[in-house]
Order: sequence, then structure tokens, then C-alpha cells
Amino acid sequence: MLSKRIIVCLDVKDGKTTKGIKFKDNVEVGDPVEMAEKYYQEGADEIVFYDITASAEHRGIMIDVVRRTAERIFIPFSVGGGIKSVEDMRQVLLAGAEKVSVNTAAVLNPKLIYEGAKAFGSQCIVLGMDVKKVEPSSKIPSGYEVWIKGGRQPMGIDAVWWAKEAENLGAGEICLNSIDADGTKEGYELTITRMIAEAVNIPVIASGGAGHPEHLYQVLTEGKADAALIASMVHYGMYTVKEIKDYLAKKGVKVRTKW
Amino acid sequence: MIGIVDYKAGNLTSVARALSFFGYRWIISDDPEELKKAERIIFPGVGAAKSAMDSLKETGLDEFLKETFLKGTPILGICLGTQVIFEESEEDGGTKTLGLLKGKVKRFPEPFLFKGERLKVPHMGWNQVVWQKPHPVFQGLDPEYEYYFVHSYYVVPEEEEVIYGVTFHGISFPSVVAYKNLVALQFHPEKSGKPGLQILDQFCRWNP
Repeated sequence: MLSKRIIVCLDVKDGKTTKGIKFKDNVEVGDPVEMAEKYYQEGADEIVFYDITASAEHRGIMIDVVRRTAERIFIPFSVGGGIKSVEDMRQVLLAGAEKVSVNTAAVLNPKLIYEGAKAFGSQCIVLGMDVKKVEPSSKIPSGYEVWIKGGRQPMGIDAVWWAKEAENLGAGEICLNSIDADGTKEGYELTITRMIAEAVNIPVIASGGAGHPEHLYQVLTEGKADAALIASMVHYGMYTVKEIKDYLAKKGVKVRTKW
Repeated sequence: MIGIVDYKAGNLTSVARALSFFGYRWIISDDPEELKKAERIIFPGVGAAKSAMDSLKETGLDEFLKETFLKGTPILGICLGTQVIFEESEEDGGTKTLGLLKGKVKRFPEPFLFKGERLKVPHMGWNQVVWQKPHPVFQGLDPEYEYYFVHSYYVVPEEEEVIYGVTFHGISFPSVVAYKNLVALQFHPEKSGKPGLQILDQFCRWNP
């Protein structure tokens, strides 16, 4: 049986790892290559780099970080942030990432998912989604709306509809981030995670809000997520990946505990 | 020197990086003449069976792989490479493949329920291998280790004796096969952390 995956996310800005709260106020927390290697050794099942570099001229720094990391970690490794074209995807894949995550550009140009899947295979394409709770309406029946540009712009589209659409276009996985929960350490947004996990046939990664191993337990059971993304919990030394996995294993969740 | 077969099927550099980690020398090539110089061959791959076969035929790599197998050179198949080793795949409406081993490649059923839980296809993530019998390439692996899989199809060998490991995803499927100088894995050793690296290292030292 498949294990539930624990994925460590590093926000990378100008070659350094940072962490923000509700997408704002980023502080530097370390070197991404060293941190990725440390989490690999500690038993992370996957590493995600999210490039939050604002300027295009610094993109090359990210490619270099990806290349150096790929030489040192031998688990799946995804890169997202600012990917706008098949050519952008090709660059990070060639640098050594397994998967690319598209978010804003896919909402603005859904064909990007299809073209990426055709060029590199669905297993390479992760749809990143940022969602925020709203009053359910005829336009947004699930009560969760898709936002883009790092949580700065609402799109008036329904989160569940978009997840299914992305699956049809060829996305191989969905990484669902709740803007309301992000950085709060109060737990994942279980309702929308479960709605999407039940609506699509591809794996769903829950993101945003983890502060305690119990939160991962909730989202991997009640929330029906296939994987849980963590950041602050491990970046500040509150928990190690191993402690989180031991907690989950004790509660009966199948996780990879030997490596 | 280890030859990595390039048939335009996915990212081969991750396999190369794992070999470099141990200091092994490698070449990535689509030229049978170049690959003939290698002492052992890795046949990786991600993608679809039909385009893989088209590319193998176009470059003459199909004949090269058959000859290499008969010659006794150690070959390691990975993921799509493993599937293409068999005779026929259900993928792309039925694709005739290399036929180094007897058997076919089938797709996981869909929709796919096990004990009321819906199982997803592709089978993507970490899973265990239940080892069936010993083999030098797989020695010393803790049975609790897990390996990274990404696939929608699985191999069904005709001869049960080639099955060295099975994995469970709603059904039990063969995830490790071996025969003579050939070993083939459905999972990605280059992405399976230390246990996967151990398999690659042991393959590179194996003299069948």
C-alpha cells in the first residue's frame, strides 16, 4: 500500500530560503541546498522549492540552486513559482527537478497544463492552487475561490471545478494551498481538501496551516489528502520530519519510516 | 563505463547523477556503437510505450538491446524500460515491445476500489517491495524499505520464476523481475533515497 507522503517546502528568494505568514513578511531561514539535504537525510518523502524571487534577472540563481540540490538528494523534487511556459518547465527539469508546479500562469492560460503534460508527461506537472473561503454562490458552489499571484488576486472561479479541469488537461497532481490557513499553524483547511481529493483521481497534496503533527493526521485521514506539505514546523526546529512520521505511524497512518 | 540508453523517454540525468554520487563513469547515448563500449547498460524511461518503441526502432537501439541481452552484458531496466522489455503492452491500444522476456504489460483497472477506498492511478508515491527470493543486486535491503513508484501500467511475466519482488496497490503486481544478466524494476531507484542508491551501486558491481 502507498504511504502518505510528507513533503517539505522551501520558499526560495534570490537563492535563500525564506518563510512568510499568509504570503507576507518573509524572513530568511537558511541555504536551500543544505536544508534540502538535511530534510532528505531526515526522511522527507519529497522536497519542493517554491521560487518567490520577484525579478526575472534572478531566475538563473534558482536554476543553479536546483542543479546543486539535485546532485545531493535522491528523492522526488519539485520546483514551482513563476513558471509561465513550456520552456520555463524544461529549464527546471533539465536542472534536475522531477516535477514542475504551475499556478498563476495555468489559471491565466490553462493550455499550459496540457502542453506541459504532452511535452514531459503528466507525472511532471503539478497544479498549484491557492484558495480562499467565500460565501457559496452559483458561480462558486464549493464556497472556495481560486486566487492567483501569490494570493493577491481573486479569479471568480470555483476551486473544485478548477481542480477537475486541471486533471482533464493532464495535471498529474494537485497541490492545494489554503490562503486562510497558510502560516497560521492552526491546521490545514480540511473541508476543501477533502472535497477536491474526492473529486479528482490524481493525488492531492494539502498545504498551508500545519503547526502540529495532529494537523497532518487530520488532513491525511479526514481530509483524504495523499500527501501533506510542511514548512515552518520543521524550519524552526519545532519538529523533525522523523518525529512527525513517528507520530503519524503511531496513530496508524502508513508512512515511510525506514530509509 | 556505464551506458545509459537515451531513447527520448524522460529525464535520464537523475540516473546519471546517482551514478556520479558513487563515482561511477557513465555516458548517455542514443548511438548503439557508443553504447557497445559500455560494460553495463541502464535502460531507464518515463513516458508512453508506443513513442518509446518508435524511438528505439528509429535509432536501432531495439536490436542493440536484444544483442546486449544475449551477449550477457548486465542490463538494468527502470520503470518504462522494464515494461518495454516484455513482449506486448496494453498502452496506446496495444504496442508490440522488445520481447526480451515473455509476458505483457497491463493497466491498473479504473475505477479502482480496495476495502471501500478509492485507489488512484497512476500509482504514485512510496511503496514496499515484498521480496520473493534472494538476488545479488538486491542483497542486504531491509524488507521495510520503501521505493518511489510512478506508473499506470505493470508487468505480467509469463514465467513466474522471473519475479523477484511484488508490490501491493489494490492488487499485487510484480515490481522487480530478473533473469540471467537482466534485472528490471518498476520503481525508480534513483529517486528512492538510500535503498535505491544501494540497488544501483550493487548493480554496478554485479557480475552475472
